[in-house]
Amino acid sequence: MWLALAAPLMAVLGAMILSAGLIRLAGVPALDAFGEILSNAFGSRLAITETLTRATPLMLTGLAAAVAFRARIWNIGAEGQLYIGALTVAALGTTMTGWPAAMAIPMLMLGGALAGALLLLLPLLLRLRFGVDEVVTTLLLNFIAVLFVSLMIEGALKDPMAFGWPQSMPVPIEAELPKLVERTRLHIGLLIAIVLAVLVYVLQSRTLFGLRSRAVGLNPDGARFAGVAIGRTLIVTGCLSGALAGLAGAIEVMGVKGYVTTDLSPGYGYTGILVAMLAALHPLGVVAASLFAATLFVGADGMSRALGVPTYIADVTVALSLLTMLVALFFTQYRVRR
Amino acid sequence: MPGIGSGVEFEADGPVLELTGITKRFGETLANDGISLTLARGEVLALLGENGAGKTTLMSILFGHYTPDAGTVRVKGRTLAPGRPRAAIAAGVGMVHQHFSLAANLSVLENVMTGTESLWSWRSARADARRRLDHIATRFGLQVAPDALVADLSVGERQRVEILKALYNDADILILDEPTAVLTDQEAERLFATLRDMRAQGLSIVFISHKLDQVLAAADRITVIRGGRVVAERQAAATDKAELAELMVGRTIERPVRAASCPGATVLQARGVSVDTVLHELDFSLRAGELLGIIGVSGNGQSALGQLLCGVRRARAGTLTLFDAPFPQGDVDALVTLGVGRVPEDRGSDGAIADMSVWENAVLERASHPPFQRAGFVQADAARRHAAELIERFNVRGGGPDHRIQLLSGGNIQKLILGRSLVGEPRLLIAAQPTRGLDEGAIAAVHERLLEARANGAAVLLISEDLDEVMRLSDRIQAIVKGRLSDSIDTGQADARTLGLMMSGASIDGVTHAV
Repeated sequence: MWLALAAPLMAVLGAMILSAGLIRLAGVPALDAFGEILSNAFGSRLAITETLTRATPLMLTGLAAAVAFRARIWNIGAEGQLYIGALTVAALGTTMTGWPAAMAIPMLMLGGALAGALLLLLPLLLRLRFGVDEVVTTLLLNFIAVLFVSLMIEGALKDPMAFGWPQSMPVPIEAELPKLVERTRLHIGLLIAIVLAVLVYVLQSRTLFGLRSRAVGLNPDGARFAGVAIGRTLIVTGCLSGALAGLAGAIEVMGVKGYVTTDLSPGYGYTGILVAMLAALHPLGVVAASLFAATLFVGADGMSRALGVPTYIADVTVALSLLTMLVALFFTQYRVRR
Repeated sequence: MPGIGSGVEFEADGPVLELTGITKRFGETLANDGISLTLARGEVLALLGENGAGKTTLMSILFGHYTPDAGTVRVKGRTLAPGRPRAAIAAGVGMVHQHFSLAANLSVLENVMTGTESLWSWRSARADARRRLDHIATRFGLQVAPDALVADLSVGERQRVEILKALYNDADILILDEPTAVLTDQEAERLFATLRDMRAQGLSIVFISHKLDQVLAAADRITVIRGGRVVAERQAAATDKAELAELMVGRTIERPVRAASCPGATVLQARGVSVDTVLHELDFSLRAGELLGIIGVSGNGQSALGQLLCGVRRARAGTLTLFDAPFPQGDVDALVTLGVGRVPEDRGSDGAIADMSVWENAVLERASHPPFQRAGFVQADAARRHAAELIERFNVRGGGPDHRIQLLSGGNIQKLILGRSLVGEPRLLIAAQPTRGLDEGAIAAVHERLLEARANGAAVLLISEDLDEVMRLSDRIQAIVKGRLSDSIDTGQADARTLGLMMSGASIDGVTHAV
């Protein structure tokens, strides 16, 4: 048990030490920089809510990756699924003016989730039917999805009130997510993400479906011999993954932005993969790992303003933590011997 | 007699290989405990022992994969530096591993040449290498097309490439780790002929095995290892199977004896069943309390037959009946519900999911059945209790319900698979190659269980390549050749010659063979 926690902790520590060297190269004492990052991420009420707001979509895309990877579905397409989920919310939202919030919000979330699931269904069916590698198809669909969003917000869904800026029509006021803390951006999406993480955990560790999904991921031949319907299990697992990523987009639009642009996501889909790996694909670990990543991203913004170290240090640290995590996993799973 | 090529010159008549006091400990287990042995020039030494006796560890130390905790390895009078495979290769030691280390996407020649040329050299001396490979192949009768892709070769041919690779590196001491585990009997015969040839030409060979017949057939001298120690050494001419079996296991193995049976109603019946292009118009029937043995050289369609009856493959034509109803083809859950126990041919990939726990493996095929499932939730406590019961009842050793099944030995995994198939008192048991790769003790346990199932009234279908096994356990025997089944004969009328004829296809209509 302690080994399961040791790997991510070692990884985070290793990544911090490595990035300390880089911060030093930028001419700033590393401890000062880390101190700035922490105080900018947690130093005030606003900072804390910003960090949690940033962690919310990461939790969902992280869960999307963790669910898929566990069944050995290499879904690299969470970014595209997020955008399609967001676009669906913008499109459906225009028809829902005047609806009660209790109807509009769940309907839009469902719509975003379904759209994300559908976008992953296509590469999944191609893999099951023709053996097409889903790493390639899901990755490339990301570009198609973002370009499609671009097309729509320049065209059919363009907001006429936006002074020519390419952005979608806003979701109606009824569909905006209630705030958790007044006069901040933090919304109930955070709670939804945490509840979903717990649900996914229960699904994976306690249910028959979770057992079968894991069996398919670990050994498809063995699973088939034990009577598991491989195709069906993979499709359901894949739809769950795509739905989580689509929901990330829906929630981001309904909770934070209010409309869709092509810079809605600063790579949440890709960072979600890092978050999932850092969590060793554990759904509850995803909650912690996304908080870690959000801390760095939010904290680095302020740290950059104060000390002049580029914000890219946050990306570098998160990326390094993935590498150190892989090394740490290697050391916790194998013993070095000669 | 000189060694081949430019191996290290060595003038004395002493042993070419001398291991002294080799000791190796892995954590709690003492894998090798002060093992000493010698090998003379032109000798075939068999290292006999059960799975886990420490044979492979010993050879890995000799070859430099492991560093021993104590003891020395001397090759032709010189002490080898421990933990240096290169030193072993330079001294003329060649190793053929149980699991081949060939690159499937390269040709035979390229595989053999790998590692013999400097990475920095400008060109590769393929023409010279080809001549040299040709020369070695002719000399030892190891013919393999040099330009064939390894991916296209059969297992037997791949092994020949491995041996060629060792010989190409000027090996004159050859270590073969379980060389026959993956071979058919015919391929094994051929390997033994090659070994005899090599011995005649002055090579020295260590041959690791747990198969008594083969050890007796191939070796001059036999060293028996048990629990990491040398327990006995015998000249092959001066010992027999019974003695070796007892030495290897440390106790007398009691082979179960088949009692007479009174078959009941027909359980499984096939009429003209064909599967893809591998099985053609099979006819057989099996009654309750009866054990039908399907014998044949591997690769004649046994895998497809096993998969069909285990519910992971469908027939193309013909009728297959189970308990007077259509056989639920491709429906594993229906088979399990109807009381069909299934032991797959490949326990590593089909029978068990290596990274899952013992309890998960124990219940996976019935995970949707009560009491293991309620409202979609896995009842882990019930499943753990069930696994513990299997472990107890079927004497599965090496780990509890929560251990990963990977940690168990092959024999114990097989006992668990058999156990989970037998625990529901199946009415039909499909056992495909159930003892392949197992040691004597585990084989006896599997045989006992199969006969026990039969005695309890189950119909048992045994698919096997082991003639002795089929003769000892079956009531009736059919042979499978090129996807067709021979007529069935009673075991009482079968002898080795009849079965040999059946396995060569002599009795099958439409197939003519010069026998």
